[in-house]
Amino acid sequence: MLNELSVVAVAALGLLSVAAGVAVFVVDSMARATFALLVSFLAVAGMLLALELTYLGVVTALMMTIEMLIMVVFMIMFMMNPAGLMPMTMVHNGRASAAAGITVFAVLTVGIWTIDWPSRTGSLPADSTRQLGGAIMGSHMLVMLVIGIGLFATIISGTVLATHRGRYDRFGADLRNARPKDPTGGGLK
Amino acid sequence: MPDPGVSGAEPLSLAAAWGLVPAVLAVVAAALVLGTVFAIVDNVAINGARVRSAAEPFRTSLRWLIQQRRTTLSPDRLLWRAGIVAVPVLAVLSLAVVPIGGRTLLTTSADLVWFNAMEALLWAAVWLVGWGPNAVHALVGGYRFLAQGLAYELPLMFALITAGLGADSLRTTGIVAAQENLWFVVTMPVAFVVFLASAAAFTFWGPFAAPAGADIASGVISELSGVDRLVVQAGRAVFLGAAAAMAVALFLGGGAGPWLGEPVWYLLKTFAVMAAVAAVGRRVPLLRPDRFVEFAWMVLVPATLLQTLMVGLLVIWGFYP
Repeated sequence: MLNELSVVAVAALGLLSVAAGVAVFVVDSMARATFALLVSFLAVAGMLLALELTYLGVVTALMMTIEMLIMVVFMIMFMMNPAGLMPMTMVHNGRASAAAGITVFAVLTVGIWTIDWPSRTGSLPADSTRQLGGAIMGSHMLVMLVIGIGLFATIISGTVLATHRGRYDRFGADLRNARPKDPTGGGLK
Repeated sequence: MPDPGVSGAEPLSLAAAWGLVPAVLAVVAAALVLGTVFAIVDNVAINGARVRSAAEPFRTSLRWLIQQRRTTLSPDRLLWRAGIVAVPVLAVLSLAVVPIGGRTLLTTSADLVWFNAMEALLWAAVWLVGWGPNAVHALVGGYRFLAQGLAYELPLMFALITAGLGADSLRTTGIVAAQENLWFVVTMPVAFVVFLASAAAFTFWGPFAAPAGADIASGVISELSGVDRLVVQAGRAVFLGAAAAMAVALFLGGGAGPWLGEPVWYLLKTFAVMAAVAAVGRRVPLLRPDRFVEFAWMVLVPATLLQTLMVGLLVIWGFYP
């Protein structure tokens, strides 16, 4: 069972998470907004750690950090305001997004407090990572495989659609160039 | 496959055995020792094995310590400081799951993921160090680090998970225990080399130092001075030391060895790894991140995947105890 310390930690981290989430829309710099969002995610990761879901906690921290930093790379590629160097507002379409936010918050809160959650049967496993792996890879193996292949196909087709250079650009019209013509030579064919 | 008994039971952590405060102090002390030793080994390697240059890290640290801090025009001070402080903190946190002397500060059921997460958070820290000063060279360095990160991250993850796969455990103590008969480096040489190369890459050291390259006036660290510079450079050295110690746990059997005690063997092996990394790394020319990405994705990702597949097959055949 959770002890008092972890309850306090979960509450404090929850508040931090919400506060950092609010900060995303208050600050006037793209970099600060990005890292406020990262702090919010890391607080959620900390909550998972406090709930003794170690694997989920550290994997959340890992995924969210890399995700936010890759977003930073795209930020300078696609933003009108490269790298967010100048102060800018972080809010667009304020009224509709506030309404959407309040509605979702209300629905989720009502749901959380009114659903009759099942209580734990059995005891806490020694290794929740193994249990999670068993749950995912055991009875749901087929679903996970299909989802995995689907996601992978999406990534590849997205990349293929997005790139404007294909093999004819790299190896010539008859695909006979010995070395590919790349903007940046990586030293490989 | 039956549980080999290395992953189920929770081993006693350093914090549980000694109390939290002494355990944390011990890990911080270990971090300082590892970082200092790496800085010394590195300096000796740079200066052609001249032992006199061993004093150089201390001299430089002292100079940085008393140097006045300079600043830039309208820096993002909050994010800059956050990034600077995060580098050494993450280095020490990554050491929390390294089993020096047979025990780790924290023992989680996902030590390997913890180590990887600390390295991933370093992406944020280094980018912030580059972003903070509002200076172009530092920012270019920060983005170079991210480009390099996209190159080394997946091979590093596959290298880490290969060791976990061989031991059937994500605990570092479990991985050390699984190497009782045979060190993992024998069956996982690719993962071992990729892990050490990635360690050099995430601390942007040696051939991977392009984010702090001379062509952009030491890039991401160019605007750091005084204590800030000391803190970041110390963090990098500690991270490399921690990675060497982690390599010993994952691939070189941890503290296993005859006659001498476990911590002694552990440190000896760690120092040997450091010396090898410094001797090789300082002889390889600088790699450009934009070109290294292609090599990493076309060569390293398939190589580490094949390595993982090979270890997976060995696990199915019951090769590992």
